[in-house]
Amino acid sequence: MKQRAAPLEYNRRWQMKLWLLAVFFFLYAPLFALIAYSFNDSKRTVVWKGFTTKYYGQLFRDEDLLIAFGNSLTIALVATVISVIIGALAAVMLWRFRFPGKTITEGVMSLPIVVPEICMGVAMLVFFSRVLPWPNDLPWPLSLGAIIIAHVTFCFPFVTMVVRARLASFNQEQEEAARDLGASDWEAFRDILIPHIKPALIAGALLAFTLSLDDFVITFFTSGPNTVTFPVKVYSMVRFSVTPEVNAASTMLIVLTVVLMVLMMSLQRKTDQQS
Amino acid sequence: MNEYPVAPNVTATAKAEAAKPIISFRNIVKNFGAMTAVDNVSLDIVPGEFFALLGPSGCGKTTLLRMLAGFEVPTGGQVLIDGQDMGDTPPNRRPVNMVFQSYAVFPHMTVADNVAYGLKIDRLPADQREARVREALDLVQLGALASRKPDQLSGGQRQRVALARALIKKPKVLLLDEPLSALDAKLREAMRFELSQLQQKVGITFIMVTHDQDEALAIASRIAVMHKGAIAQLGTPSDLYEFPASRFVAGFIGSVNTFEGTLVKDEPDEAIVACPELAPHNVYLPHAVPGTVNTPVWVAIRPEKMTLHKMSDVPPHPPECPAGENVAKGTIKEISYLGDCSIFHIEMAGGRLLRVSRPNRSRYDQENFGWNEPVWVSWSGSSPVVLLS
Repeated sequence: MKQRAAPLEYNRRWQMKLWLLAVFFFLYAPLFALIAYSFNDSKRTVVWKGFTTKYYGQLFRDEDLLIAFGNSLTIALVATVISVIIGALAAVMLWRFRFPGKTITEGVMSLPIVVPEICMGVAMLVFFSRVLPWPNDLPWPLSLGAIIIAHVTFCFPFVTMVVRARLASFNQEQEEAARDLGASDWEAFRDILIPHIKPALIAGALLAFTLSLDDFVITFFTSGPNTVTFPVKVYSMVRFSVTPEVNAASTMLIVLTVVLMVLMMSLQRKTDQQS
Repeated sequence: MNEYPVAPNVTATAKAEAAKPIISFRNIVKNFGAMTAVDNVSLDIVPGEFFALLGPSGCGKTTLLRMLAGFEVPTGGQVLIDGQDMGDTPPNRRPVNMVFQSYAVFPHMTVADNVAYGLKIDRLPADQREARVREALDLVQLGALASRKPDQLSGGQRQRVALARALIKKPKVLLLDEPLSALDAKLREAMRFELSQLQQKVGITFIMVTHDQDEALAIASRIAVMHKGAIAQLGTPSDLYEFPASRFVAGFIGSVNTFEGTLVKDEPDEAIVACPELAPHNVYLPHAVPGTVNTPVWVAIRPEKMTLHKMSDVPPHPPECPAGENVAKGTIKEISYLGDCSIFHIEMAGGRLLRVSRPNRSRYDQENFGWNEPVWVSWSGSSPVVLLS
């Protein structure tokens, strides 16, 4: 016999089911439309003319797009490494030490998260044109410097947040035990604290990587003609028309981001099970 | 001044202090901001002792232990380990090791790696390290679990890991911070016994911090009772229990009935204290007591040193006292049946409650006394302790 729904079993009520359906529809319908139309065999996007993968092939022959994609990956990689180091050190500092101006430091550090991206973008533009002019003619990886710095500023606070949350569960007696057993400060840090925050470092790195990879606004203001990233390139393609090629490029970006997110969540779950 | 009984083991304590101490605290002061955690403590601990620092939370016992390990630096005074002034020597260069309250077992290492950690840091060759780890794990009977991770261990097993990890370094002194407080009651009793066995086996001085008086009495060879950052009394477990130096010590170790009174008579063979709460009877002791006549003192009597009598019995006459004197009359207000004994709360004429314990020698003992029954309470003259503070 079918049992009646208990008071807290909201998910068994039809109103709730309808609501969930609506939420999922409005969240994901546009994405699925985008993915579907990336396989549309037509120059115009609105009419379905048949299935094709030719735009994906076209994508891989588009040299500008590939360069932009390479730029994006390089920037994301370098910015992630720097963000993880700076972010983790900041988290450890805020967790371990008491010093004058600590509250202010904490506030200032999370500023890049709350300041509107457009303001950050404009600020970066002014900074890199007036205060620290970034030369346009540097060889390839160095030419990305301005964008990397800009990305680090908004990525590392996220790493700090994740690492601090992890540090809250650290039993300081473990570090003292290591010291007691003969470890120097550095050895205790390396052998005990780093392994403890490792899951947070990985999660923070993936977060920083995805944030950097799909950032548009700040990058738009800091990129030059020779340093176009993938999202900026897609934007410039859209300015002419929304072609299936743009759809295909966006689909690639979505897939990459989703894969990274799933990886991050599975790591998070592994950490939760450990502690 | 009259002679009054002193703790029989005081001489043993004096002897212990004469031996070359392995640990010396000299006039240790520790302030945290405006708060004084340890206030001018001097204490010697000799090799081979199982020493306990006992006191309520916030009495400074843990701070004292942490200063020994090097996690806190004294504000004033000296800490000497085996005659060497530790000054601000960091924890990793001190010849002592610690078992932490949370055990602080490293969760990402196996049992064997945990135990080996101290030797790895010391850069001991792998083959020697392995032999020592095996030896240490066998010592705490964890040989079979060497490859387990800490999250697969019980609380008691984690504690053994912490013990092996500290003992493998062959410290001069092993420090234990509330070692049994995280275990459940049955295991705690078993571990008490095991800890003292272990100490005898390895022959290292153990210093334990605890707030549990039963634990300290059961394991320690000598105890320092701490109160508000100072040592209230130092002695063997029976010294502290039977000859407490103050109301604080008497009340902290075991339970006690304390009465305020006035010393009426103090002769070599008899002392009398008049306690209003015990009126109309006085307290008689067959020997001299500390204190001066006509000044306030406190009389402390342990619950198990008093005897209950039925009202129908003739008023008891303890042999040491003048006929029928060390008695009190009251009504049973509450009986707590604990199995091995029962605790009686007896209300006296003035409303004061007296705590008397009575062993249940026979299986039918608990039927002897009932609630609201008027009774006599008696005690021998040598049972009470007279305290000045």
